[in-house]
Amino acid sequence: MDLISTDIAIIGAGGAGLRAAIAVAEADPSLRVCLISKVYPMRSHTVAAEGGAAGVIKDNDSLDYHFHDTVAGGDWLCDQDAVDLFVNMAPRELLQMEHWGCPWSREASGKVAVRPFGGMKIERTWYAADQSGFHMLHTLFQTSLKYPSIQRFDEFYSTDLLVEDGRCTGTVAIEMRSGRLLAIQAQALIIATGGCGRIFPFTTNGAIKTGDGMAMAYRAGVPLKDMEFIQYHPTGLPGTGILMTEGSRGEGGLLRNKDGYRYLQDYNLGPPDPWPRLKAMELGPRDRLSQAFWHEQKKGRTISTPHGDAVLLDLRHLGEKKINERLPMVRELAQSYAGVDPVHEPIPVRPVVHYTMGGIHTDIDGATPLPGLFAAGECACVSINGANRLGSNSLTELLVFGARAGRSAAAFAKASPAVSTSAARERAEAVQKRIRDLFVRNSEIETVSGLRKTMHDTIESGAGIYRSEALLQETGRVLADLRRRYDKVQLQDRSNVFNTDLIQVLELGCMLDVAEAIAHSAARRKESRGSHQRLDHPERDDHNYLKHSLATYHASEPPTISYCDVVITRSKPAERVYGGAAA
Amino acid sequence: MSEDVTLEILRYRPELDSQPHFQTYTIPYHDDWVVLDGLNYIKDHVDGTLSYRWSCHMAICGSCGMMINGEAKLACHAFLRDYRHGVIRIEPLDHFPIERDLVIVMDSFMEKLSSVKPYVITQENKAPSDGENLQTPLQLMAFKQYTLCINCLLCYAACPQCGLNEKFVGPAALALAHRYNLDSRDEGNEQRADVVASNEGIWECTFVGACSEVCPKHVDPAAAIQQTKISASLDWFKARLLPGARR
Amino acid sequence: MSRRPYVRKVNRSWWLGQRRYVAYMIRELTSVFVGLYCGLLVLGLVRLAQGHAAWDGFLAALSSPVGVLFQVVCLAFAAYHSVTWFALTPKAMPLEVRGEPVPPGAIIGMHYGAWAVVSLIVLIAAGI
Repeated sequence: MDLISTDIAIIGAGGAGLRAAIAVAEADPSLRVCLISKVYPMRSHTVAAEGGAAGVIKDNDSLDYHFHDTVAGGDWLCDQDAVDLFVNMAPRELLQMEHWGCPWSREASGKVAVRPFGGMKIERTWYAADQSGFHMLHTLFQTSLKYPSIQRFDEFYSTDLLVEDGRCTGTVAIEMRSGRLLAIQAQALIIATGGCGRIFPFTTNGAIKTGDGMAMAYRAGVPLKDMEFIQYHPTGLPGTGILMTEGSRGEGGLLRNKDGYRYLQDYNLGPPDPWPRLKAMELGPRDRLSQAFWHEQKKGRTISTPHGDAVLLDLRHLGEKKINERLPMVRELAQSYAGVDPVHEPIPVRPVVHYTMGGIHTDIDGATPLPGLFAAGECACVSINGANRLGSNSLTELLVFGARAGRSAAAFAKASPAVSTSAARERAEAVQKRIRDLFVRNSEIETVSGLRKTMHDTIESGAGIYRSEALLQETGRVLADLRRRYDKVQLQDRSNVFNTDLIQVLELGCMLDVAEAIAHSAARRKESRGSHQRLDHPERDDHNYLKHSLATYHASEPPTISYCDVVITRSKPAERVYGGAAA
Repeated sequence: MSEDVTLEILRYRPELDSQPHFQTYTIPYHDDWVVLDGLNYIKDHVDGTLSYRWSCHMAICGSCGMMINGEAKLACHAFLRDYRHGVIRIEPLDHFPIERDLVIVMDSFMEKLSSVKPYVITQENKAPSDGENLQTPLQLMAFKQYTLCINCLLCYAACPQCGLNEKFVGPAALALAHRYNLDSRDEGNEQRADVVASNEGIWECTFVGACSEVCPKHVDPAAAIQQTKISASLDWFKARLLPGARR
Repeated sequence: MSRRPYVRKVNRSWWLGQRRYVAYMIRELTSVFVGLYCGLLVLGLVRLAQGHAAWDGFLAALSSPVGVLFQVVCLAFAAYHSVTWFALTPKAMPLEVRGEPVPPGAIIGMHYGAWAVVSLIVLIAAGI
């Protein structure tokens, strides 16, 4: 096993991780950065984001509008000081991306173009056709190649954090190609590992979104905040879960049920204008649209597909030219994976798990309660998204808080005493033993795929779009049982070289821990707010629950749930109003 | 009636195998499955030791490139229904060393990518407060298709020159260089020239054109390279005939 | 170290693996014949400079069965070479008129057009 020292270690090389690395390199080129990722950076899930990144740029827009849209969209669970900072920094970060070469779509004048997006009063979503995440990720990755101080560790799987004397001092990672362990000692460490959508059976998320960084921080004593808030994106393809971007609705796409009726008007999102009215109908917030689907399904008004019920996303009226120009990837995806050409037929869609609002508890600078540990991006919860994220805020969040965490980590690294090496090797050896134990087991009956299926079934049942006490309690029980069964999981592949069976086993362990945080946080929150909807507690309860939930890890017991205040500055909780009334 | 389909997959476990060998699996056929779904089925239910890269399952992350019946494809974009008759042969991408099973060693590509300086190079640094660079839709269109590369390496697997000369910078890296050279905001053509216009750069290309044919994103790296040959040649002449003029 | 990356050798018959590679190799082969024909033209110039007898001998050789066969083969291969070359031109020289890309067919068509014009000029100059 090897041991190296660095100044800043960053786990995760997606949008947030890359932006953080660049921020450190620009703040001080003499600081060494180790950028650790279990996949090559271009494979990070940022690449799949489609719609765009929000930032105020039009003359008829204001930071205040963006602030209010975000806070209301989050059902007032957002920390308003963080949202203020976020909307303030957003335009600057997006302009920086433009300077770095991001191919933003343009107006005829040559200025950056913006499109309407769900829950936003004025159009402010910067976009690069319908592959904004792809372009942003590649821009960040290619730009990061300029900085010699950034050293990459591609295909290294981080398993544990090193903690000594109450300070995070680094991480232990497996070099996937050889199976060797590497202990990386760092003055400061940033986790940017993304969300945990793969806990759910039906998700837009890629294979790698298994909540590894969330679990590492959680096990090291950092609470996971607001984990019950899981976003269902209203329009994913049945079966594969492939995302049909909100941008398709921003361009004027319509949602119809099996009778061809624009059903969203029945759910306080009307009137059904023929043109995309902002914050109304198809441009309402994601939680409300997904919930509408659930109701339509109960009423039997959804269509039946081989992969379950769906509604129809109708783009036909946009015409071939506009679809090819603004939504080329949507067309290609629908044709390849749903066998439907949106120019001629509507696309069957249904809600799919897409984003984790909750995550590692951080402050406005990306710092966690554990000194030396920072987090940014989907894995973190600042919180700017509250109980429901507005589309296109997340890509901007990667930039704003990735940069912020980078700068905070750099400042911390320089101001703090050097980490001591004593416990690092010992701790790394404990990790090695734990992994070796997995290899040694010979006749256990549990398989990673079997346990994963059980996890999928129970989390979908208990923590779906609508939840109830009984099902959540049952899910909690099943997950606790799964954790016991997990101790008997049998590795089928015992090689050292690129052992993806081992990685899947470790990822499953992370998912089981995070899933428990989700189930218990959801069970304790006895109200409905944003994307957390309780059939048994259908109203929002600001008196008791205008608070963030904090899940604290216990090794062989369920997590304990506590609460902390939400920062409310100038937007007092009110009713979320969408539709014509929102004008 | 349930149908089955047979996959013949090249395995290689360096600690057990002296060399790669085929292993056959039979899996259920589904009309809307892609080869990747088949591989996942094998890993989950038949043989957990099969190793391969994948993530997005929507042809955007570029992880799952492999040779399917001798043709470079993304496993998530190769539909079982197109291979229904006969055995499906799956091997790791050509022209790269095999790390393990369907996983190749990509280090050489990462270096080549870096070597073409794939980032905006300007004489002066602009701050965000200076506002955006204006770029008309026409200027964007000039380089847009070359931005679409997902680094899946199918083009390297299809290109015979990549097979014959491992130093060849290759289609994707050269297409990316072209993307930046054409971007109205970039001023770095000259700085890229010693890698791009070198013997191992564009001049190793003999316009076989296979790269563009296999590209899942229609980037057309072959076009990028031929256009670069013309512009590099013109630059060469300009530099000699008009010594004072710099690009 | 447990790693042992395996390098697969490219065998000499790589180009037989797929139709596109065979077509490519044929295309490349045609350039040999184009080169040979150029050599023939240079030889013709040399014979011309050497006087009447040499030039008549050259023309006689061209009219022999072998000579005719050679020229027919060269013509066929040169034509194939030109056709494949023209087909590739839109990639190497994308054109734009008033912001719209010129369709590839038009670019290829322009090459054929130019070829026809030049051929016509040559034929007229040759007195045909």
